[in-house]
Amino acid sequence: MTLAAELDKNGTSPDKLLAPVLSAFWDEPESWTLETYRRHDGYEGLRKALAMSPDDLIAYVKDSGLRGRGGAGFPTGMKWQFIPQGDGKPHYLVVNADESEPGTCKDIPLLFANPHSLIEGMVIACYAIRSSHAFIYLRGEVVPVLRRLHEAVREAYEAGYLGKNILASGLDLELTVHAGAGAYICGEETALLDSLEGRRGQPRLRPPFPAVAGLYACPTVVNNVESIASVPAILHRGKDWFRSMGSEKSPGFTLYSLSGHVTSPGQYEAPLGITLRQLLDMSGGMRAGHRLKFWTPGGSSTPMFTEEHLDVPLDYEGVGAAGSMLGTKALQCFDETTCVVRAVTRWTEFYAHESCGKCTPCREGTYWLVQLLRDIEAGRGQMSDLDKLNDIADNINGKSFCALGDGAASPIFSSLKYFREEYEQHITGQGCPFDPAKSTVWADDKNAHRGVNA
Amino acid sequence: MTGINQEVSLGMPQLPAPGYPAEVRARLEADAKEVIARYPGSRSALLPLLHLVQSEEGYVSRTGMAFCAELLDLTTAEVNAVATFYTMYRRRPSGDYQVGVCTNTLCAVMGGDAIFDRLKDHLGVGNDETTEDGKVTLQHIECNAACDFAPVVMVNWEFFDNQTPESATELVDDLIAGRTVEPTRGAPLCTYKDTARILAGFPDERPGAVEATGGAGPASLIGLKLAKGEVPHARVVAPRGESPRDEPHKGAEHLSSHDAPEKTSASDPDHPSGPVAEEGK
Repeated sequence: MTLAAELDKNGTSPDKLLAPVLSAFWDEPESWTLETYRRHDGYEGLRKALAMSPDDLIAYVKDSGLRGRGGAGFPTGMKWQFIPQGDGKPHYLVVNADESEPGTCKDIPLLFANPHSLIEGMVIACYAIRSSHAFIYLRGEVVPVLRRLHEAVREAYEAGYLGKNILASGLDLELTVHAGAGAYICGEETALLDSLEGRRGQPRLRPPFPAVAGLYACPTVVNNVESIASVPAILHRGKDWFRSMGSEKSPGFTLYSLSGHVTSPGQYEAPLGITLRQLLDMSGGMRAGHRLKFWTPGGSSTPMFTEEHLDVPLDYEGVGAAGSMLGTKALQCFDETTCVVRAVTRWTEFYAHESCGKCTPCREGTYWLVQLLRDIEAGRGQMSDLDKLNDIADNINGKSFCALGDGAASPIFSSLKYFREEYEQHITGQGCPFDPAKSTVWADDKNAHRGVNA
Repeated sequence: MTGINQEVSLGMPQLPAPGYPAEVRARLEADAKEVIARYPGSRSALLPLLHLVQSEEGYVSRTGMAFCAELLDLTTAEVNAVATFYTMYRRRPSGDYQVGVCTNTLCAVMGGDAIFDRLKDHLGVGNDETTEDGKVTLQHIECNAACDFAPVVMVNWEFFDNQTPESATELVDDLIAGRTVEPTRGAPLCTYKDTARILAGFPDERPGAVEATGGAGPASLIGLKLAKGEVPHARVVAPRGESPRDEPHKGAEHLSSHDAPEKTSASDPDHPSGPVAEEGK
């Protein structure tokens, strides 16, 4: 019996549940080259796009139902449609490759293994929005990916997919790869634009939205890597094919990133709406002898879930209805050895470190959250601190300048909701009841060197 | 304490930074003009130019900031405001190799904290400090988008996946001894200065650098292999230098097994979290 048949008895056959599109040939040698990409129908979507009028192309992408894969889920075609046409200003496409949300690890492997899918998508998008200069804002801390992007862009210019008169269509396009310099806030689209203009990465007041006044105050589309990289396949294989996956409101395929205390962490490309239970069932479950305790559906800024949410469909509506957000589909799974107070404290330290300082609720609020959480984790907390945590988070959430503040409040609210008792244990027991050594990757490895965490 | 700080402590205004030697200046200026030409607005070149001056001195010096200001027609205060906002710009001379241990929640829990503690002990330095020989600067870093390879260590922003305290100590020992070190994903290590030049937008021209370590890492391929009905390779905490890719996975055994999983005390199919892998220890 084959592996697939074996698993199919439980209705969890991976070949039925998964749908590798962007990741379909990552296992080929030199998957990142133009030659490999072309062998897998690369740049065929572009030919179809160039045969359409830009307006028809925008309508087509809109009809496909593609929604932003960077977290908010805004319809990609609609973003393109917002660009005013005939305004006499240059238009820009900026790809947000500043992947830094804790737990999120989809765009970096995608760009490392298949950078041409992004470049092809960018050429298509620029044709649609009438842009002749596009940028990839890649976070700086991933030099292996930067190398592959430099090379892929060079190949694309050489082959005539970038530059002047692309595929004899009359379209001219310059593409600039821009490396950031280390700032989580630059993943926020308006902070990213300020950073790309050579400034401190601080978010801008909206409106005006980037579609009206973005880069250099010109109409600008800012899209996530995965959103744009998904466009060529939609053009090449058709919007009906795309809509055959997922649900009415959340159609298509996407990358789910499984990490943490699971048997097989990694990338799983599947139609939207798969559940964590299905993903765990097909991939060997949690690590041997352990149980799921809490998990994030889309990075640390999305309210955490517990095992009662294992059957929540992982699409925009399903996760929203269950009280969280699909986010970046970063499924960080923690087992019963993990202290939730420790996890939340560390995330909060991250938000405090990355707060840009522009607005008071976030700058001051994250600072005080860290002080309280460190005390609680160390056993110096008081019961009244728990309400205070909630209070401070409430004063950040919805009251800060950008979504970083909302993200910082999410782990506080959700952990207090599901694990308030565990916070109380830290206070009444005057310390953390967990042993961090038991959470490590090597904790259960009998051959591992003991005393590693001493 | 650096000389710069001593100057500050006197409460005296600083003298303007000295310029680069003529030869260095000419070389950097040619590079800078190439960078500036990539952007519709010159100020957009500031982040790459700060990477460029970092590739000259290993950190962003006052000389480097004055150079950027002059080329972009900005004040040094404007450049300083940007240079101090971003964590990748070093503000003082540091090691040839920057060893960054991810201690954001997921990596920390999976072992990043233990790795960082071990390296602090082993190297005798604290966070953001450099060994006396000037080789290694140790830092804890934030999430680097490789959570499926946790715990992760970055050296000069190349990936060293699935680390342990032992593999990480071996890694820094090799760096200090000058032995060749190769990442699990990325090119053979160059110095921090060379890395900064790539970040400024100048492609790595070393032969083989782009294709080094092959395609996607093993974790990136797990879903694809499952979908194709191939036995998944899985997480293996391999010592550095041994590729984890070819090792069979513990969990893989049961997936391809013809026998139904045995029930053990740790395996409760009714539990809401679903089955656990059955070779409980």
